[in-house]
Formats: sequence, structure tokens, C-alpha cells
Amino acid sequence: MPIKDYIRERFFPHLWCSGCGHGIVLNALLRAIEALGINKSNIVMVSGIGCSSRISGYVDFHTMHTLHGRALSFATGIKMSRPELTLIVPMGDGDALAIGGNHFIHTARRNIDMTAIIMNNRTYGMTGGQYSPLSGFGTLATTAPYSNIDHDFDVVELAKAAGASFVARSTTYHVQQLTDILKAAIEHKGFSAVEVLSQCPEYFGRKNKMGTPADMLEHYKENTTTIGSKKKQENPNLLERGIFVQKQIPEYCSEYDKIIEKAKKAVEGKTE
Amino acid sequence: MPKLKLKEHRINRDWCKGCGICVQLCPKNVLELDDENKAVAVRPEDCICCKLCELRCPDLAIEVITEDEKKP
Repeated sequence: MPIKDYIRERFFPHLWCSGCGHGIVLNALLRAIEALGINKSNIVMVSGIGCSSRISGYVDFHTMHTLHGRALSFATGIKMSRPELTLIVPMGDGDALAIGGNHFIHTARRNIDMTAIIMNNRTYGMTGGQYSPLSGFGTLATTAPYSNIDHDFDVVELAKAAGASFVARSTTYHVQQLTDILKAAIEHKGFSAVEVLSQCPEYFGRKNKMGTPADMLEHYKENTTTIGSKKKQENPNLLERGIFVQKQIPEYCSEYDKIIEKAKKAVEGKTE
Repeated sequence: MPKLKLKEHRINRDWCKGCGICVQLCPKNVLELDDENKAVAVRPEDCICCKLCELRCPDLAIEVITEDEKKP
């Protein structure tokens, strides 16, 4: 399997629980990168804290495991100094949208060229299944035993509103679509936000009686549909999957280079 | 696309955690979990090489090897 060339086999089997969706995201991401043929020495993966963030330990790229919620800021620093590198920032739902919420919207607004993957399992798995900003109203969590009264974010709408130039959503059931979306997101010049619905059978699944990991995958199949499908018109409760935004707008590093040129010319003009 | 012919299911028993995703989602019911809770291809003759088990395995533990592929 060529994708094995992209992992650190010595750390396998990985520490994620049996049936965890994050392994499927890793699987799809490796296939996307293999299909794109990017040299692994030209990829930097920056992650924060959480189950999802452990992904950076398993891939054989340049990797950084950083502060909770701040992965995008570290990634911004790397991208600004080495814009030729491909930046991938996997984050959990809590990491990206609770403690890292501000970093997320402002990185999206700047349109700096990197790919943020929001691995949405609707819980804080690593710390014991507390509710996250994406758990959703009426769900159960260890910290919401009588049901959660917090409403959740729609990651796609949030990323769109924050100005991300590439916004997409898929699930761990739809692995082929997920691989295609990740390929498009990595290739996109600008900030790409990809939400992946990723099952947590141990906490979210068990608390909310969602059955086996495979049952949770089938739940994604039954409760999502492609963008603008007939099924969506018939049942507005279905969550749409696909690429919502893909537009070319000025990218941050390129624009910064232009500013440097302008400033140099201005200084030269003064000294002459 | 020409029909793929199965050579073998290569299952890494050290990496498999027995989550059962491949077993439950196989369209042809080829796989089962054994006594040690590891995936095994018990009906390989029914396999249509769709590779969904390989793509959906969270543990990167299963590979579907087809006749035309040269894999180590």
C-alpha cells in the first residue's frame, strides 16, 4: 500500500479507540496526498490538542503538535516564512471552534493558503466526553446528563461568513467523496475549511445510544445528502455534503510579498 | 473499468481493533470477526474488490490485493 510510505509505522497501532472516525480521516487524507503526489518533505501538518490532533504524530511529514486551539496561528507563522510548503491543519470541533474559534474565523478571513480539517465528532473525547460547541441541542454528554441546552454552530455557514475561499463538508461514511474533497482543498490556493463528520463511538455514540461504529457511519449516510439534491428539498433536515464555496480571491502570502515590493520601491524612491 | 480479480485480503492483526466497520458495511458480507475480535475474510470468493473495507478501515489494517496489482 503506497499510503504506508506516508505514515510513521512505528507508532501503530494508533491510540484512537476501536471504530474511531479519526482513523478514517487519516486514511482518506493519506490517499488524497498520495493521489496528488506531493513530496512528504514539502508538507507541514500542524495540530492543536485533542484526539483529532494526535493525527500529526502518525504522518511522516514535518509535524508540529502545538497549543489547544492555536494550531492555525502556528501554521500561519510557518506559511508566512515558507510559503512554498503545503500546510495541513487537522483540528477537532472543540479545538477549532471553542478555544480556537477566534483563530479559525480570522485565519479564514485572511485567506492564507492552508487546509483546515475540522474533524467533528461532537464531543471532547480525550478528556472524557464533555459536550462541545458542536454537540448540538438535546444531545447527551458526561457534562450534560439531562441533555445539552447549547445550540451548535453550522461549521459550513460559519466558515462561509468568515470569508473562507473554499468550504466543504463530508463524512467518514463517504470516504471516496472525502478523499476527493481533501484533494481539492489541498490544491486550492487560499484558506480551505473542510468539515468531516467523524464518529466517536466511545463517548458521543455511547451516550446518545447510536449503536456500533458502523451504525454511526450508516447514520451519516441516512442523514446527509449531496448539495442541492432532490432529497434535500423533500427533507430539509438532511445535512448537505460537498463543496459549498470554491472561489479565487487574493491570497495572504502573495499579497504580503506585493507589500514588501511596494515598501522597497517607496524606500528606494526616498533615498534617490 | 475491467473487473478486478481478488488475490487476497491482507489483514494486519496487530493493527485491527475489531470495530466491525468492515464486517457490517461489506456489500457482499465477506468479512467476519474471529474469536480474537479480528477481521477475517471468511467468504473471499464473494468479494467484488470494491475496497470499501480498505478505505473505511480506521486502523489502516486491511488491504484488498487484486491480481493486476504489483504490491510488495
